[in-house]
Amino acid sequence: MPFNSQTVLIVAAILFALGLVGVLTRKNIIFILISVEIMLNAAGLAFVAAGMRWGQPDGQIMFLFVLAMAAAEVSVGLALVLQAHHQYRSLDIDQMKALKDEVPG
Amino acid sequence: MNNLIALIPAFPFLGFLLLFLIGRQLPKPFIAWIGAGTVCAAAVLVLLLGIQFLQAPPADGAYTQTLWQWLSTGHFSCAFRFRIDALSLVFVFVITFVGALIHLYSVAFMKEDRDYARFFASMNLFVFAMLVLVMADNLLLLYLGWEGVGLCSYLLIGFWYETPANCRAANKAFYITRIGDTAMAIGLFLLFKELGTLTIPDILNASPTHFQQGASNTTLIALLLLAGGMGKSAQLPLQTWLPDAMAGPSPVSALIHAATMVTAGVYLIARMHVVFQLSPLAMAATAVVGGLTLLVAGFSAMVQTDIKRILAYSTISQIGYMFLALGVGAWSAAIFHFFTHAFFKALLFLAAGVVIESLHHEHNIFRMGGLKNRLPLVFKTFLAGAAALAALPFVSSGFYSKDQILWYTWSAGGGSPVLWMLGISGALITAFYTARLVIVVFYGEMKTPVSTYPAKLMTVPLVILAVLSVVAGFVEWPHNILHLSLFSELVQKVLPATILRTGIPSEIVFQGIAILLTLTGIYSGYYLYYRNTHVIGQWQQKPAFVAVRNFFFSGWGFDRLYNTVFVKPFVWMTDLNKTDFFDQINKGLASGSRQLNRWFSYSQNGSLRWYVAGVLVGVLFILTLQLFV
Amino acid sequence: MPVLFYIASVVAIISTLMVITRYQPIHALLYLVVSFLAMAMIFLSLGAPFVAILEIILYAGAIIVLLIFVVMMLNLGKDTALQERQWLQPKTWVGPSILCLVLLTELVILLFRSPEVPMQVKPVPMRAVSIALYKEYVIAVELAGFLLMAGIVGAAHISKHRKKHLHRFLQEEAKGPQRRAEKLTMIREKESTEAVLPAEKKPVKKT
Repeated sequence: MPFNSQTVLIVAAILFALGLVGVLTRKNIIFILISVEIMLNAAGLAFVAAGMRWGQPDGQIMFLFVLAMAAAEVSVGLALVLQAHHQYRSLDIDQMKALKDEVPG
Repeated sequence: MNNLIALIPAFPFLGFLLLFLIGRQLPKPFIAWIGAGTVCAAAVLVLLLGIQFLQAPPADGAYTQTLWQWLSTGHFSCAFRFRIDALSLVFVFVITFVGALIHLYSVAFMKEDRDYARFFASMNLFVFAMLVLVMADNLLLLYLGWEGVGLCSYLLIGFWYETPANCRAANKAFYITRIGDTAMAIGLFLLFKELGTLTIPDILNASPTHFQQGASNTTLIALLLLAGGMGKSAQLPLQTWLPDAMAGPSPVSALIHAATMVTAGVYLIARMHVVFQLSPLAMAATAVVGGLTLLVAGFSAMVQTDIKRILAYSTISQIGYMFLALGVGAWSAAIFHFFTHAFFKALLFLAAGVVIESLHHEHNIFRMGGLKNRLPLVFKTFLAGAAALAALPFVSSGFYSKDQILWYTWSAGGGSPVLWMLGISGALITAFYTARLVIVVFYGEMKTPVSTYPAKLMTVPLVILAVLSVVAGFVEWPHNILHLSLFSELVQKVLPATILRTGIPSEIVFQGIAILLTLTGIYSGYYLYYRNTHVIGQWQQKPAFVAVRNFFFSGWGFDRLYNTVFVKPFVWMTDLNKTDFFDQINKGLASGSRQLNRWFSYSQNGSLRWYVAGVLVGVLFILTLQLFV
Repeated sequence: MPVLFYIASVVAIISTLMVITRYQPIHALLYLVVSFLAMAMIFLSLGAPFVAILEIILYAGAIIVLLIFVVMMLNLGKDTALQERQWLQPKTWVGPSILCLVLLTELVILLFRSPEVPMQVKPVPMRAVSIALYKEYVIAVELAGFLLMAGIVGAAHISKHRKKHLHRFLQEEAKGPQRRAEKLTMIREKESTEAVLPAEKKPVKKT
């Protein structure tokens, strides 16, 4: 059973969609962060697959950058989680609506 | 010298810039030095230039200097180029020389005013704009100067802007001259459409071959230019702004509303004489406008009581003479009258300024009187100016210029006995109201005590101008008395010589009649206001006389007429549109976008998942598009 | 290799599905580790061993450890699981899931439009990756360095425990009710004193 580039990309797409579902359905910030990690990982997979499709190193390099980005993101994100937990005593994303626009009269 | 002519307007402009930018910080003597000094420097330059011009005229009859290319689009190009020929030279001389004297006078006259710098800045800007107007090589640059002097006139009429009446006068002057300016702009467009150029020498060269004699397009252009001149020079339908423009300080009235700006129309027509010559109708219209204006304004001047308004109406009347001369084809006579008029009218205004200042800002001549002994120097100079205005034979410059005009209105190519009748009756009226003015102000008993006496700096310009009002006419004598015509020889380098009709009675007859009528006018003024003052009193009992007097006093009711015909319908129309239909559209736009904002504000509800869903829907939309392409 | 790929893919998808459906955060994290390891397997089967190792070290190692630290710090245990169970009702997840399904189908359709190319499983040597990284992408490497630096500084700054600190725009809002409450109590006190005082005065007058 050979596999081709489309198969790999479809796997990446499925993982991405699953991550998106996680972001959209979960209310807990930790779960949202985890789902974002899944999505980033899926994007990395797409990069690597595309790179390998042409036998080029660029896809892998992009994966490295995605990795760096994910590391930075997760560190800042977790710091925010701590701070949010400290201030709101909750991790419910729906409680954090301070940037809500007031509807003008 | 050729490269220095740009310096003439540059000096006043420099003065304007200095005073405009840092004038508030400067002490008054500095402001005076800058304001008057720059104009005096320009006057000295013009004197040097004039001497050179007369001694060794340039080859092509003009000094030109190109500063830079101003506009260049498509077929149209326009340079910032100055050009001084004989006609411009006369105007430049008058502007800078009279301007310098008036600036010197203002140094003392405006001493107490708190906006000293603003006054001199505006005056300098005016001198600059006026110089641009008369030195312009093309009509676009001329138009720049034309609008510039209009702006300065507005600024200076409304100089004492705390009084609402002054602001109204300034607005009125601006609006009414705008009518003429618009007509002139359309005329310039047509001229450009016909000839493809706005450069004055090119127009003058190309017109005779391009235009048909008396063709409708020529007439249209000439009439539009005439309308521009009528607005600026306060001629008949558009004359109502000038009497109100006396709200400005006296030096302003002297410089702008007597000597220079109001004669810009005369300059324009003289400059475009080729176009006018090609259109007999426009020439006739010019003559008729001038003739009617001089009578209408003269009658109004007879009954005014405000000293400056009398002078304003007399200015309108004298410019009427110039238009009359232009209309009959007596080009050089018109310019000559401008030349003498600038001196004596500036003198009269400056002297009137001294009188008003000395009498606690009293404008009414019937509350003056007996100033002959109190202000002897002012009396003597005023008398010199008044003699010139009344065209007192032989000893005043006004006589020489007006006599020439009157002679040509009958004898020149476009002249006719009717026009001559208009002119000669104007001469009678002028003599009468001048005599009335002098007698009421300076003779009789003193009614208001003299509080201040003029400073030396104010009397010196008066004396110089008085001397000039007497001697300026000697450069041109009637042909039958002395063959001396220096002025017309100079001007006729640019303007065509006046063509005489045949079968004209001898010139001496006209001179005799003119002298006789002038003396009659002076004597009747003397008789009515000095010898037998009760005669006027008797007349004033009669209602018909009072009605006529009031009619003339209101300037023939032109203001009321315009108010009913133009202002009231306009106000009515604006009243109809009180709710402002077009604003409603804009308001609708505003409230519509506010409503959209309200709707979209619901989307910004602070929920992260909502935002992510929004992104997702957007991505889906794009992908769906991708699917079906 | 294809077999390896398919097995790893199935494992990855299933474990990811488990991640997003768990109530206990720690369970989700453990499934996430499985998902990452399966992903590393996929990379290996694609011929990218370097990336596979990085995936294990960084994702399955560092990032997961960070997350677990936080879960432990905040003590997210049974209470959280109960909370999650309440939150995760079908009415909250059906709609978004359908949207994502639509997205997925569209992606798949679009992917099948492009021509099929068999995957060459020819490993790109690590040397080539390194040379490209420090030659063509050197600026991007620098930028990634900035990003990490900013991440560190940001994390250190944000996670400092302070009193509830509000932006100055929000301060007024927060203080508003408090102040109103203070005022109200003041007014009430005043009223009560006023109400009391006359009562006290009256007897004085009478005497």
